[in-house]
Amino acid sequence: MTLAAATNENLANISNVLVYSSMAVYTLAFFAHIAEWVFGSRSKVGRTAAALTGTAAAAPAVQVTARSKGGTAVLERPKVVTRSAAGTRDVPDGPGADGGTEQGDVYGRIAVSLTILGFLVEAGGVVARAMSVQRAPWGNMYEFSITFSTVAVGAYLLLLALKKNVRWIGLILVTTVLLDLGVATTWLYTDSDQLVPALDSYWLWIHVSTAIFCGAVFYLGAVGTLLYLFRDSYESKLASGGKPGAFATSVLERLPSAASLDKLSYRINAAVFPLWTFTIIAGAIWAGDAWGRYWGWDPKEVWSFVTWVVYAAYLHARATAGWKGRKAAYLALFAFATWLWNYYGVNIFITGKHSYAGV
Amino acid sequence: MSTTETDATGPAGVDERELAAGAQLSTAPKEEPPNVASIGVIGWLRWIWRQLTSMRVALILLFLLSLGSIPGSLIPQNSVDELKVQDFKAAHETLTPIYEKLQLFDVYSSVWFSAIYLLLFVSLIGCIVPRSWQFVGQLRSRAPRAPGRLNRMPAYTTWRTEADPEEVRAAGLAMLKKRRFRAHTEGDAVAAEKGYLREAGNLLFHVSLIVMLVAFAAGTLFKSEGGKLVVEGDGFANHLTQYDDFKSGSFFDTGDLAPFSFTLDRFEGSYEPSGPERGTPRVYKAHVTWSKGTDGAERKAAIEVNRPLEVDGTKVYLIGHGYAPVVTVRDGKGKVAYQGAVPLLPIDSNSTSTGAIKVADGYRDKNGKKEQLGFNAFFVPTFAGEGKGEMFSQFPAPDFPVLALSAYHGSLGIDSGLPQNVYQLDTSKMKKFEDADGELLKERLLPGETMKLPNGAGSVTFEKDLKEWASFQVSHQSGNGLALAGAVLALAGLVASLFIQRRRVWIRATRGADGITVVEMAGLGRSESAKLPEELGDLAATLHTGAPTAPDTADAPASAEDAESAEDPAESAAAQEAADHPAEGAEK
Ligand code: HEM
Repeated sequence: MTLAAATNENLANISNVLVYSSMAVYTLAFFAHIAEWVFGSRSKVGRTAAALTGTAAAAPAVQVTARSKGGTAVLERPKVVTRSAAGTRDVPDGPGADGGTEQGDVYGRIAVSLTILGFLVEAGGVVARAMSVQRAPWGNMYEFSITFSTVAVGAYLLLLALKKNVRWIGLILVTTVLLDLGVATTWLYTDSDQLVPALDSYWLWIHVSTAIFCGAVFYLGAVGTLLYLFRDSYESKLASGGKPGAFATSVLERLPSAASLDKLSYRINAAVFPLWTFTIIAGAIWAGDAWGRYWGWDPKEVWSFVTWVVYAAYLHARATAGWKGRKAAYLALFAFATWLWNYYGVNIFITGKHSYAGV
Repeated sequence: MSTTETDATGPAGVDERELAAGAQLSTAPKEEPPNVASIGVIGWLRWIWRQLTSMRVALILLFLLSLGSIPGSLIPQNSVDELKVQDFKAAHETLTPIYEKLQLFDVYSSVWFSAIYLLLFVSLIGCIVPRSWQFVGQLRSRAPRAPGRLNRMPAYTTWRTEADPEEVRAAGLAMLKKRRFRAHTEGDAVAAEKGYLREAGNLLFHVSLIVMLVAFAAGTLFKSEGGKLVVEGDGFANHLTQYDDFKSGSFFDTGDLAPFSFTLDRFEGSYEPSGPERGTPRVYKAHVTWSKGTDGAERKAAIEVNRPLEVDGTKVYLIGHGYAPVVTVRDGKGKVAYQGAVPLLPIDSNSTSTGAIKVADGYRDKNGKKEQLGFNAFFVPTFAGEGKGEMFSQFPAPDFPVLALSAYHGSLGIDSGLPQNVYQLDTSKMKKFEDADGELLKERLLPGETMKLPNGAGSVTFEKDLKEWASFQVSHQSGNGLALAGAVLALAGLVASLFIQRRRVWIRATRGADGITVVEMAGLGRSESAKLPEELGDLAATLHTGAPTAPDTADAPASAEDAESAEDPAESAAAQEAADHPAEGAEK
């Protein structure tokens, strides 16, 4: 028994070392991203400006999707022409953080490689932690936080692997991951410790893992929404003949167009919303098993409900004339803020029945 | 995003058939400005109703609902923890009356909170009913005929072929039907639509919300919930009088309590002995013998934290566990004045426990006068050892149990009629028993040891037979199954409504002046999506194999090289349409 205990303590230490190492790797990734942005700014992109000013009327209102599958010219598939709905701006996506420059691209690739490494190391830390406590590694806020950032990075890497245009999130993501890990290791750190009986249920695996996953992916959606707001005002300023500041231009012109950002964050939020719904249902079932009532307006339950309702309001807003665009985006940000509060605020400032409440 | 609405504000020159083609891809209610001029009472009512069932008001109500539920998480709630409410009221004298007026201690049953969600659900019903009719209507009707200019649609493709227009249309119709589109030919074009499940899912989701609300209301109104602490060897019968505390909904009737009883035979707890998880319960079970009714057959069961015992819809949950040392109190003559297991409440995760032993009657002092005795009790299941720090337990299992007592005599104050906490001693009307130094008499006892009260006042024995207790919550809530069914259906509906695209596809085939057939295909989705052009591309490729591009059309773009030149594909369309739509070229 003591041998097992020593192994466990060893694993706990290994986990800590891995988490700290991942922070070091993410820090390198952070600098690589900075280099990407800095070298990228040397290019003269100016696509947005060109699309929106002066030649706007002549700008192509039609984009072409080429579908070449090889073969003889005659059997070539017919090409599909797409056009955006009337009333939306037709602005091409920016070239990304590297500004289309080769040097920026090299640093960007280094950053992504480092992020992958950091992800693997951090995931190792989470797994070691789980093995040391012999349970799901989600018993307290420290464990919750390290899992949270691991999943957020994993989701980002997955989107990259699916060839989605998301590399521009890199810098922001790595920065927040570092913040999250910093907070986790300095303030939230708890030695591997006991789990109260109520948490000992397979619903822990289901409910908490989906909750973390939803939060991490909602986070990516919120970043998209926030950048949409910036990029949107940048585009409308250009369209109305204004001239945004040099820094804003340098940063914003490299982002995807407002329409693309908006679409991306909508897709993310809409895709996660059913899973979030499921998370709450799973939580209610578990509460029914553990406490004899599936819904009791415990603070954690209240805030999950608030988050859910605000995301529902966001989805409604997008289908309501007059509420699309910026207003809906504000709702989406508010929804994510309630999620964050539900995680940090409720755990720290409000005591409820959720036993990991309290750091 | 939805093209249905933006089209309405689109550029001039959109013909009516285009509008019709885009309309009704969703059953979302239209926002109509009120016609304030010709309004009577009926007009006003209709206006209010239309407002209430509009998306904008639904949005605002949703927002209000989320805001309204927030105070309940910040201010203690009667429904969650009445003691906390009491503490809060004592601490905030000015706020309390204001909060009470605003029903902030009962947010979730307050008038204003109920008003928000009732309005929301009226709005919801007002929304669902017309949308369902509309949806049924859409299911019965055919896809709208092709708009005049297909190249204005969000996805478009065209080519020239030597096949007959009729052949192309027939092939297109067959292909679309095979892909489960609802399709028909009208005039020179095939019109098709798919993805009705989205609307069905959306309706299902909103209906399920109502189901869940009904289930929740039923659950709240008919529920009963009570707590009971049971010491090993003792029993519980499901009668109101037996509960330590009890709460119930407005429609609950005490006759509804399911008749059953159980006895706690043994509490079984074992704990991780070492490592970072030391002290974590590994086995945590209450072994009970239970029976239905008054004389049902006896059955054994083990209740665990996430595994309640269920009897006729009533569930018995294991909530907590602690120790109940058995003590014997004797008077000066050695006569037993009190004997029993005294449940103590744990104050930390290692089951350091506190409580009180109260000897209310049966005790006489050495003069034969009736008096009451009281002891503050402090219990640790695993003692750290003499001189090793404070009296806190080192481990939750009873490996080295020690009971520390301090003794008082006088009046317990239980005859005053005020309810008293059984775990706390009110020493205001009691005197200390004093030790040789004149200090409060305190002693640590091992099992079997006895503490003597001074001057022949008697003794207290910590019996070897240490008992444990378990606390249970007995609850009955109806509508759980309904709520779960509602939740599952809502989820299914939501997934359908968010992931299924409703879209239309048209295929037009006409013979050009030169005798070559021009095929045009267009797609329109409810929202812009990359999938729509992809799907259209697939359909076009399939159709194209049967009606390949005519070889002599050298100017038709057939290779990928000129992909970047946006004009080309449109031009070939324009080539055919240029005559009747001269404005077309300017727009491209
Ligand atoms: C209990 C409150 C409600 C909740 C939680 C809720 C939730 C949702 C959600 C999550 C969606 C997204 C599904 C999608 O985009 O297809 C949605 C769509 C929709 N909701 Fe609600 N809803 C509620 C009340 C209402 C009410 C009162 C109305 C009527 C005014 C309404 C009308 C609609 C419509 C028309 C859509 C489809 C929008 C579209 O076509 O994209 N909902 N609702």
